[in-house]
Amino acid sequence: MGKKLLLEKVNIPGIETYEVYRREGGYKSVEKALKEMTPEAMVEEVKKSGLRGRGGAGFPTGMKWSFLAKPEGVPRHLVCNADESEPGTFKDRYLMEKLPHLLIEGMIVSSIALGANTSYIYIRGEYAYVYKIMEKAIREAYAAGWLGKNIQGLGYDLDVHMQIGAGAYICGEETALLESLEGKRGNPRIKPPFPAVAGLWGRPTVVNNVETIMAVVPIINLGGDAYAAIGVGKSTGTKLISASGHLNKPGVYEIELGLPVEEFIYSDEYCGGIRNGRKLKAVVAGGSSVPILPAHLITHTTNGEKRLMSYESLADGGFESGTMLGSGGFIAMDEDTSIVKNLYTFTRFYHHESCGQCSPCREGTGWMEKILNKILQGKGTLEDVDLLWDLQKNIEGKTICPLGDAAAWPVASAIRHFRADFEEYVRNPGQIRDVKHYYRLHNLAEA
Amino acid sequence: MARVTIDDITIEVPDGTTILNAARMIGGDVVPPAMCYYSSLKTSGGYCRTCIVKVEQGSEKDPRPMPKPVASCRTTVMDGMVVRNITSPEVLEARAGVVEFLLANHPLDCPVCDQAGECHLQDLGYQHGKAETRYEFPRREFEKIDIGDKIQLHMTRCILCYRCVKVADQLTPSRVHGVLNRGDVGEISTYIQHAIDNEMSGNIIDVCPVGALTDKTFRFKSRVWFTKPVDAHRDCPTCSGKVRLWYKGDEVLRVTGRKDEFGEVIKNEDGSTAWVCNSCRFDHKKTSDWVIEGPSKVQRDSVIGANHYLHEVKFETQLAQKFLEAGQRAELGEGFLNPNNV
Repeated sequence: MGKKLLLEKVNIPGIETYEVYRREGGYKSVEKALKEMTPEAMVEEVKKSGLRGRGGAGFPTGMKWSFLAKPEGVPRHLVCNADESEPGTFKDRYLMEKLPHLLIEGMIVSSIALGANTSYIYIRGEYAYVYKIMEKAIREAYAAGWLGKNIQGLGYDLDVHMQIGAGAYICGEETALLESLEGKRGNPRIKPPFPAVAGLWGRPTVVNNVETIMAVVPIINLGGDAYAAIGVGKSTGTKLISASGHLNKPGVYEIELGLPVEEFIYSDEYCGGIRNGRKLKAVVAGGSSVPILPAHLITHTTNGEKRLMSYESLADGGFESGTMLGSGGFIAMDEDTSIVKNLYTFTRFYHHESCGQCSPCREGTGWMEKILNKILQGKGTLEDVDLLWDLQKNIEGKTICPLGDAAAWPVASAIRHFRADFEEYVRNPGQIRDVKHYYRLHNLAEA
Repeated sequence: MARVTIDDITIEVPDGTTILNAARMIGGDVVPPAMCYYSSLKTSGGYCRTCIVKVEQGSEKDPRPMPKPVASCRTTVMDGMVVRNITSPEVLEARAGVVEFLLANHPLDCPVCDQAGECHLQDLGYQHGKAETRYEFPRREFEKIDIGDKIQLHMTRCILCYRCVKVADQLTPSRVHGVLNRGDVGEISTYIQHAIDNEMSGNIIDVCPVGALTDKTFRFKSRVWFTKPVDAHRDCPTCSGKVRLWYKGDEVLRVTGRKDEFGEVIKNEDGSTAWVCNSCRFDHKKTSDWVIEGPSKVQRDSVIGANHYLHEVKFETQLAQKFLEAGQRAELGEGFLNPNNV
């Protein structure tokens, strides 16, 4: 069994209540932080731990924290990004649903380290029932004196407010999240200035993912060095992976970074192989935005090494033959999956979610969706595939926020690795229009 | 002060200047096109992406290149920065891509559009785009919305530059219009069809780069190239009173702000912008209301010429001067001076 840091106690009955959580050693890190440590020492521990942002970009958390501007007399804020909306990712929902107090504990220690007295949790609108769970937990924490004025008599004030989103993917982008939190239209801001200098209401702000904030708790409890000992290379600690798709055991798994991808897919401890004894065709390793990889490239890199679940190993080979760990939304597809259809679904999503601020993303995502739809209808040509390639190239890197890239990468990688699938759609339009095509093609019984 | 080199031309500009404004100080063809940036409107720019340039060297201290093309209107220069605009094939190609996106859903109804002839998107498509479109799907359409008796909104033509939103935010006491919805169905609209009715609202016509916001009092009266622009002023209690009158024969067909070579309303001596109030724009259409200053100067590539062109330094001339000084001309070959070849 791999080491578990966040999900260690998730199976204890009643862990979502304050009493059980406290009995099991909860809120210890807050006591340690306020009694034994200075904020600088805490940031130092996080730096030592090598913790990287768990929301997708993988930016070192300690470094992000140390960039926070600290002008005299200006309040600072910590904002927890719980607007988890990357397709294929559902770890934060699980964490908040099962361990609401761990998030609050993480918010308290992180706020102390950053010197923030008012912190916010921006939670996804679709997670309305999680909102209620979190709200109850926050009330319990206030009642038990862990939030509010003078926490546990240790002389630190902290208020945590929760804001519910209105169901926009773009509000998971940190500057759009801040705009939304301020009550404005959720459009990403143009950087610089970065939130660390001018964030929420123009004040220095740190925005961190739910899992990142939770990971601060074991770092304070165990020390940065002990945390850094877990994992491989610059990918330290544990990561939650949301496994979905054609797997025998889909679900949320906490893994030590550095676990071989092959083991993660096939071992009984984790996903237990591909459903119905089929073969693996492709994997989207880190949420819908990251490049899709065919089976042989997800298990091994081009130079024959085993691919590991880590930031570096998954990115090995760049976008030519690699992908990204992203948010850990691991989507496995078996041999009967239509990559074109899957790509159409992704592209439709990005078209729907584009905020419309910058022209390449606003016009390009819709255009790509229409072309893919045309190909799916069996009316596509090979020129359409080339046009798709051109369009994704014209979108990538030309937009204010990473949504443009997120829309372009899946298209690029699908064409790069599965061009044959597109050509099949173009060449056999009659068969393709028939939804049962794949079953016939592979001599399979209709499911 | 910061020294910045744009397409091999070095200029010293005050700290905090954007790349676009530094290029405008140089002038000529090295100026990136801008569809959403407007120097008189705070926080404008960054949306249309037509002004993207490549930063080859970040600064003297940190010479690393920037990984992606940057929006020159929102990126400030650093000392020692090296920027490539029209001397980078990569930038030209990326810009052509952006133009293609901007035109993808544009109705191209120029023959019946009042903006034709002074439309920035027309110029942009002509100068930076490709001749043919690859877009083959039905173009986006919007329901018509009436926003009052002075201003015509054609949402179908809009490229969502947000300039009119910024005008309403920064020039009028309260904004009653904005962007509704999201993505490619986002639209400029007034909330529950409020009419835009205040003294400075007419300026949204002047800032609109396309024919999405046009003057209802001028609607279908004449093609702009059949009218003669004349600069004039009057004593106005609300605005600076500096305008451009558009004559057809003896009749003033419309009144607009005076625009500079970048298509922006000019600045007054004190640095403020010569915005035009609605009274000047819509209610003073007689020659006797105005003190005539003379024919307006316009750009050579404009169709509104009438032989009153501005003097303009072309890129070729600037580069030739520079390389002749450096004695490099022979090495670079003959074709070099043609920007299309570089």
